Amino acid sequence: MTERKIKVETLTRVEGEGGLYVRLQGEQVQEVRLEIYEPPRLFEAILRGRPLEDAPDITARICGICPVAYQMSSVHAMEMALGVEITPEIRRLRRLLYCGEWIESHGLHMHLLHAPDFLGFESGLAMAKQFPDEVNRGLRLKKHGNQLVDLLGGRAIHPVNVCVGGFYRIPSRNEFQKLVPDFEWGLNAAIETTRWVAGFEYPELESDCEFVSLSHPDEYPMNEGVMQTSSGDQIEISDYREEFQEQQVPHSTALHAIRKTTGRPYLLGPLSRVNLNRDRLSPSARQLADEIAFEPECRNPHRAIIARGLELVHSYEEALQILRDEHSTKQPRMTYEYQAGVGMSATEAPRGTLFHRYEIDAEGKIVEADIIPPTSQNQAQIEVDLKAWVRQVIEKEESQVARLCENLVRAYDPCISCSTHFLNVTIERS
Amino acid sequence: MCKPRLAVFKFASCDGCQLSLLDAEDHLLAVADAVEIVYFPEATSHMEEGPYDIALVEGSITTPHDAERIQQIRKDARYLMTIGACATAGGIQALRNWADKDEFMQAVYATPDYIQVLETSTPIAEHVQVDFELRGCPINQYQLIEVIRSLLAGQTPRTPRHSVCLDCKRRGTVCVTVAQGTACLGPVTQSGCHALCPSYNRGCYGCFGPALQANLVSLSAQMEREGASKAEIAHKLKNFNAYAPAFRTESTRLVQLEGDQRG
Ligand code: SF4
Ligand code: SF4
Ligand code: SF4
Repeated sequence: MTERKIKVETLTRVEGEGGLYVRLQGEQVQEVRLEIYEPPRLFEAILRGRPLEDAPDITARICGICPVAYQMSSVHAMEMALGVEITPEIRRLRRLLYCGEWIESHGLHMHLLHAPDFLGFESGLAMAKQFPDEVNRGLRLKKHGNQLVDLLGGRAIHPVNVCVGGFYRIPSRNEFQKLVPDFEWGLNAAIETTRWVAGFEYPELESDCEFVSLSHPDEYPMNEGVMQTSSGDQIEISDYREEFQEQQVPHSTALHAIRKTTGRPYLLGPLSRVNLNRDRLSPSARQLADEIAFEPECRNPHRAIIARGLELVHSYEEALQILRDEHSTKQPRMTYEYQAGVGMSATEAPRGTLFHRYEIDAEGKIVEADIIPPTSQNQAQIEVDLKAWVRQVIEKEESQVARLCENLVRAYDPCISCSTHFLNVTIERS
Repeated sequence: MCKPRLAVFKFASCDGCQLSLLDAEDHLLAVADAVEIVYFPEATSHMEEGPYDIALVEGSITTPHDAERIQQIRKDARYLMTIGACATAGGIQALRNWADKDEFMQAVYATPDYIQVLETSTPIAEHVQVDFELRGCPINQYQLIEVIRSLLAGQTPRTPRHSVCLDCKRRGTVCVTVAQGTACLGPVTQSGCHALCPSYNRGCYGCFGPALQANLVSLSAQMEREGASKAEIAHKLKNFNAYAPAFRTESTRLVQLEGDQRG
């Protein structure tokens, strides 16, 4: 029997650097490795000994695409350690900022990074010649997300306006109102986009993963809740470390995560969130999900782009509501006194649940930091799904298999810079 | 005529600087309307080998493999331009340059031996000759376009080297230090953000790195007079541009002085 190896040296249209390695023995899949060779940046070690106020600015630099998620998880965790209660107004503005990040990230991924796979292009730019309206729409949606983060965060990449306790400055009612017409247009455009991607042809693939996401009784999960799993468990954030375990594997600078109780990997992200919280999507998003007949529990990872579209619609609708209602919050931030303590928080980054835990001392210095980003948690499940996928497409010639594997990896929108805190495909056949 | 070939490379970084390029797409096309992106893995699966007319390099050198990779990129590139604090000053990850790298690795990984990393995180210019360095964490997309435009026109690119303070004056922002006693690195930080943080009511934390004639000793003295300890000031400088020479010298001096005082 001949051994075949398929290697993708550099995965493209993903954030960060990695590769893929597949080893086949005849028609048997021996091994699939998602190789993350992004150099480690050692943030948890860097944070030790620094003032707790540094956490939102420094952890934002883990990832340029989802800095808001890092800022939100870190400020919540610090506030828990300090015993700070934020006002409902600050909480609402934090959700608004989060909507901006979801719009920017989902808009970019759907149009420029993922859609080209379904339509046979090497990039969104190459696709622009044949699909100018769709690509321009995508660029405009992404820009709206940036504008919102720009206004409330001060700048779209690594916002400067977020702090422990709230914000440094709250923009005026007028500044918020100015965004309303664009967001009204954007809500409709997001609905169009989701209808468009729902019409793509999707390869069959059934993942037997456990879906995990935050869940909140009254709202679509973004900045707080308990961890809900598709097997019916509910896990308090304070038990995160007891329930989910990270392991180091030799082929990756990102750690792999499993559920401790089952020993099995799990999946985070838009598909998990929509599957577990569909009834809490905004009215337009829920209606749209029914109209396009999105499955109640979608197990095909290729279809995650549709879940992303539903969340795009949700983000526009929720953002619009806040933008219209905002009457300029009077108190931009809560004050606090230093006290020693431990704080933790999980929020929903565009790619899935992001967990932070800090121990601080009585002088307000960080003693220990622990950050579990979504991509490293998803990595083990991506390998399991890739194995099933390779089995399905094994007949095809090497370059085809490599391309199909890359397409599947992109469906998870992995964020490799975060995960090390991703992708060449190698396929080996024997 | 052939369009100039543009390539984008990534080392240890967060992707934020190259994302600025995607965010600037329409400007990039409008202003330059002349480049062909031949290598940019974050944006396209289409990848061509060198030579390249302009190579944009994001990220710092932190692994033996990357130290070799940058050599080849230099050979392939007519102009090599670094983008962002990681590439021009080693980035936030350069904080390990003051620490025991092995201890840092042990704090994060159960089996650090699987991963090869260098003792330090260093700017690209410590490894190869760099034609232009663009500051910022992240960079300013308008500066990026302007610099690409200049390089293509055969001109020497220029970006302002004055301090953030001047921009505060220009835009009429009330000084947060004078009005509220908030510590601000604006006097020693290079312009590039249009004095963003003070306009949001907070002090600058130095993400564009040291300004040309920054007088750090004098700023430290001022901050001490306002009640900051030497250690606190050193922490402020040990940030995204911690390893940039001016910031590095001053934080080292402060830490040393404090050590002497404790004696
Ligand atoms: S300089 Fe800042 S924004 Fe740019 S890659 Fe480095 S961490 Fe990211
Ligand atoms: S706020 Fe900062 S940057 Fe602005 S003038 Fe004052 S010291 Fe300078
Ligand atoms: S004011 Fe300072 S920290 Fe803020 S964006 Fe400008 S250079 Fe960066």
